[in-house]
Amino acid sequence: MTTATLEVRNLRTHFFTRAGVVKAVDDVSFSIARGQVLGLVGESGSGKTVTGFSIIGLVDPPGRIAGGAILYQGQDLARLSEREMRALRGNRIAMIFQDPMMTLNPVLRIDTQMIETVHAHAKVSHAEARTRARDALGMVGIPSPDERLAAYPHQFSGGMRQRVAIAIALLHHPDLLIADEPTTALDVTIQAQILAEVQRLATTYGTALIWITHDLSVIAGLADEIAVMYAGRIVEAGAADTVLDRPLHPYTHGLIGSVPSRNQRGTKLRQIPGTTPSLLSLPPGCAFRTRCPRADAACEQEPDPSQPLPGQTTRCFHPLLAPPWAPVPLAGEVV
Amino acid sequence: MSVPIIELRGVSKRFGPTYDAAARLARAVSRRLGAVPKHEIVHAVDDVDLSVARGEVVGLVGESGCGKSTLGRMVAGIMPPSAGRVLFKGHDIAVMAPDRARDARLKVQMIFQDPYASLNPRLRVADIIGEAPLVHGLVKRADFDTYLDAQLRRAGLDPAYRRRYPHQFSGGQRQRIGIARALAVQPEFLVCDEAVAALDVSIQAQILNLFMDLRRELDLTYLFISHDLGVVEHLSDRVLIMYLGRVVESAPTEDVFSHPNHPYTQALLAEVPRIEARKRRFTAIKGEIPSAIAPPPGCHFHPRCPHAMPRCGLESPRLREIAPGHRSACHLNDRI
Repeated sequence: MTTATLEVRNLRTHFFTRAGVVKAVDDVSFSIARGQVLGLVGESGSGKTVTGFSIIGLVDPPGRIAGGAILYQGQDLARLSEREMRALRGNRIAMIFQDPMMTLNPVLRIDTQMIETVHAHAKVSHAEARTRARDALGMVGIPSPDERLAAYPHQFSGGMRQRVAIAIALLHHPDLLIADEPTTALDVTIQAQILAEVQRLATTYGTALIWITHDLSVIAGLADEIAVMYAGRIVEAGAADTVLDRPLHPYTHGLIGSVPSRNQRGTKLRQIPGTTPSLLSLPPGCAFRTRCPRADAACEQEPDPSQPLPGQTTRCFHPLLAPPWAPVPLAGEVV
Repeated sequence: MSVPIIELRGVSKRFGPTYDAAARLARAVSRRLGAVPKHEIVHAVDDVDLSVARGEVVGLVGESGCGKSTLGRMVAGIMPPSAGRVLFKGHDIAVMAPDRARDARLKVQMIFQDPYASLNPRLRVADIIGEAPLVHGLVKRADFDTYLDAQLRRAGLDPAYRRRYPHQFSGGQRQRIGIARALAVQPEFLVCDEAVAALDVSIQAQILNLFMDLRRELDLTYLFISHDLGVVEHLSDRVLIMYLGRVVESAPTEDVFSHPNHPYTQALLAEVPRIEARKRRFTAIKGEIPSAIAPPPGCHFHPRCPHAMPRCGLESPRLREIAPGHRSACHLNDRI
C-alpha cells in the first residue's frame, strides 16, 4: 500500500456571509496517492472548486476553513502560517485554473513570469532559471519554446495559454497538482492534446492529480478514483469503473443517466428533476432528497458515509444496491 | 420533394476592417509611396450550401472559429451574407417586399448560448417575452395575459414569475426564458447556437428534453449548433461538420458517427471523451486551428491531416456525394 500524497479529513470550509453561513465544503474526506488521478465531479455550486482552493490555501474572507485537516506528508496545511504555505504553494503543490489568465499576468512576458516562479523556490542563476522555463514549455508541447518565451500572453491562443499555465504549475515538479476545469473552455481537439500532456506528466513524475470537473466523460478517460460532490458533500466515492458502472447514490445515477450518449438517440434523456438547492437554504437531512426518486421519511435525517459495497463509499439511506440496477423512472418535469 | 424551409446557396461571409477618412488617406499615401497596405479579411463562412427540410433537426458541429455561429446568424437573418442567397421556403428574403420579409424573418428565431448575456437585465420577464408578439400584432392587448401565461407554461416556467427580472433566475430557468421569447412569435424554425453549452449536466438534460417536446408539439425545425458531439448525436437527424469556414462533411447522423469519411471528422470523433472509455490514452491531432485571416491553401485541414498528399496543398476539395445523402470534401475519395 502506498502512502497518500494528500489526505483530507472532515474538511469544512464555510463562508460567513451577511445572509448566513454558507457551508460550501462540509465534512469532505478523501485521499490521493502518488501518481494517481482523482476526479472531483460536481455541478456548479457543489463545492468542488472551494475544496481545491482550501487545499492550496486560497480561500478568501468571508470564507475560512472551519474544521478538519488537510494532511500533506503528515503536516496539516490548514494550520500552516501564510509564510509556510507560500513555501509549498507553486512548489510542492500547484494549481491550474479554468481560465489561464488567472495564472498569467497580461502585461508581463512569459519568460519574466516563468523565471520569477523558478526563483521563488530555487536558488539558481538567471540562465539556469531560463533554461528550466524553456524546458517546461517544451515539455507541454509548445513549438519553438526559445522564441515563445519572449511572447506576451495575448500572443498565444487559448489552448497554448493553458499549456503555459500548466508549464508554470509544473516548473518545480509538484507532488500534487490541482486542476480546476482546465479544459472546459477549450475545443475538443485542443482538450485532447492537454489531456494527453497531463496524463504523460502524471505518469512520468508521479504527480498526484486532482481533476475538478463537471464533465463525466473527461473524468471517465482520466481518473483512477472518482468523488462526486453535491451541495458541499461527497455523496459517493470509489474506483472510477465502479462509480460509473454501478453508482450507488441516486444523484450519481441521475448524473450518468443525463449524459446524452447514455441514452438512445432521439429519446428523452433521463433527467434529474429540479435544480441544485441554494447552500443558504438546504433542506434538513439529505440535501438531495427533494430531487430524489427514492427519498422517504428516513432521508430527513442526515445520512452518514457508509460502505454498502467494498471500496465504494456513499452518503445515502437507500443506495442502488440490486444489480442490475433498473433505470430510475422518469420523474415529471419540475422547475 | 417539398420546398425546403431554409436553403442556403453559396453563402459566404467575410469580415474586413472598415477605414475612416484618415485611414483611407494614409493607405492612399502609402500606396503612392510604393507600399502594398495589408487588407486583412476573415473568411468566416466560405461558399456553404445547406438545405433544411420541414421538421428536420440539423446539427452543425465545429470548433471555435470555424464559422458555425456566423452561419447560424445568417440563417436567422441577424446578419446579411457577403455573397450567396438565403432562401426561406424558396424565396430570397433579401429581395422580398419589406412587410413579407418581416413576416418571413419572424418565422426564424434564434436561441443564444449565454443565458446571462442574451436577456435584458432591466426588463421584466413579461416584457422580455411579451414585447415582440405585441409589436407584431400576434396578440391583442386584451388577450395578452392569457397568451403570456401560455408561453411561460410551455417553456416550463411558472406564470407567477412574470413580474420578475432575469437576475432572479438560475441559468437553466434563464435559458427557458430565452426559449419562451423565441417561441412567443410563433416561429417555424429555430436556430439554437450552443443553447445548452453553459448549463450543468442535469439542467442540460432538462433543456434538451424541452427542445424535443417542443419539436413534436409545435412541428418545429431546428438548426442545432454545438461543439458537443454527444448532444448533437442525440438530437439531430443530419449532421454538418465545419472546419475553417467550410463544410467538410454532411451526412445522416448514424452515418457520420458510424462511418466518418473526412479525416477531420474522424479525428474529432476519436478525441471526444466518452463515459464508456475508461483510462484511455488521449492522443491528439497535431497543431492548432490555423487563423482564418490566412487559411492554408488548398484543403484547409491539410497541415494537420495524417493523410495529406501534395495535391491537398494546392487544390481545395469539392464537397461531393460519396454515398446516398453522405457528402464529404476530401481528395482521398477520388482515389478509388
